[in-house]
Amino acid sequence: MSNIPTELRYTSSHEWIKREEDGTLTIGITDHAQKLLGDLVYVEVPEEGVQFGEGDDCAVVESVKAASDVYCPVTGEVVASNEALADTPELLNTDPYGEGWLFRMRPDDETAFDNLMDADAYAELVESEEH
Amino acid sequence: MGKKTPLHDLHVSLGAKMVDFGGWDMPITYGSQIEEHHQVRNDAGMFDVSHMTIVDIRGKPARDFLQHLLANDVAKLRDRGKALYSCMLDEQGGVVDDLIVYYLDDDFYRMVINAGTTEKDLAWLNIQATGFEVDIRPRKDFAMIAVQGPRAREKADRVLGEMATELKDLGVFFMHDYGDMAVSRTGYTGEDGYEIMLPEDNASTLWLQLLEAEIKPCGLGARDTLRLEAGMNLYGADMDETVTPLESALGWTIAWDPADRDFVGRQALQAQREQGVKKKLVGLLLEDKGVLRNHQKVLVDGQEVGEITSGSFAPTLGKSIAFARVDAGIGEHCQVQVRNKQLNARVVKPPFARNGKACL
Repeated sequence: MSNIPTELRYTSSHEWIKREEDGTLTIGITDHAQKLLGDLVYVEVPEEGVQFGEGDDCAVVESVKAASDVYCPVTGEVVASNEALADTPELLNTDPYGEGWLFRMRPDDETAFDNLMDADAYAELVESEEH
Repeated sequence: MGKKTPLHDLHVSLGAKMVDFGGWDMPITYGSQIEEHHQVRNDAGMFDVSHMTIVDIRGKPARDFLQHLLANDVAKLRDRGKALYSCMLDEQGGVVDDLIVYYLDDDFYRMVINAGTTEKDLAWLNIQATGFEVDIRPRKDFAMIAVQGPRAREKADRVLGEMATELKDLGVFFMHDYGDMAVSRTGYTGEDGYEIMLPEDNASTLWLQLLEAEIKPCGLGARDTLRLEAGMNLYGADMDETVTPLESALGWTIAWDPADRDFVGRQALQAQREQGVKKKLVGLLLEDKGVLRNHQKVLVDGQEVGEITSGSFAPTLGKSIAFARVDAGIGEHCQVQVRNKQLNARVVKPPFARNGKACL
């Protein structure tokens, strides 16, 4: 069973999104995604200041098996990225919703978060993929 | 739905993630591929390799037949049970398959061939056997379990009971049979260990006994990173019919002497050797951060010189490594195109890691 925190929002490509108090969004990959990928060995996060559109590939996570793109859930600008992942990519496996965060962005549209999939909808999606 | 080995249900009950491999439904990992890799380098792990095909070749002309069929020479096998690694080539010198052949008796040899190539191989064997009165029999009734790692033999011996006393002096690359079982000191990981062939009905019992002896189950994912570190080619990735052993870092497996042994593909190989090979298979060690993958382009001074045939993260080294087929004149440094970046890599001679340790 995958851990799906209720306070987060999700995408169908298995990113999670957390709204911070300052209105920025923190983005990572879900517990379900890290389980599918297996042991992560390399992560490429976007640089600060880069602009992405919704659905753009903005990061790469590589397991022993394969490289997978991470897609930007909303349009906006990257304001921080998790530098620790360069040396400890396994944080995505051990703490996908915490230390394993990928990057933070300021969305162009502040309401973008509210339009993302909630935990119930994501749980349903995961369930349909597991069966 | 893929084919299932006799251990299939046990893999599922152990929580394995199953994937298609050459038409077989096989475990890729039981949890962490990296942990399974380290388990084999440092202790003992086991793999279900029942998807591979055992082929028994019997008859008086068995040796003559194999001297015709294989690029390596079974005449090197003087002691019973001894094994030899060889390629089987087509007339153009292309690799039909790579295999291990065991000399069991003057009229009895056993080969182990790849799973994905089985049908093609058997057809090829039967064509090549024209004029040789040999019986070629795939042993679908056998399962095979590989136990690998520095403590694999010691742990497996506890389970093998009386047979273990006979295995004490089993040399590297030798097989010993005991009743309806056969144990060989071979593998595909760069570690010591056994490959155990046994009737498929007994496979589950042995697997559970080996589990009890604390040999951890490992999937094909770890098997792939272990063999890559150990510098062993994978058929279908690192070589196939479009390349020769000389282009696949397997020149050492061609027995040129005696010069009058006219094995299949010899003329083509000889011509290629005289002209000089244009491409060769080398090892790459990534110096920048990232992961090398199959089919990435290899560059020198911005010019494409070849392509990666197998690339992965190497758990023993904590770095990425690869095999690449490149221009024969390549120097020590190259770049690999990874997405939009060119990463620096060093050309090295495999193996990268064996017997628990990095070799570089």
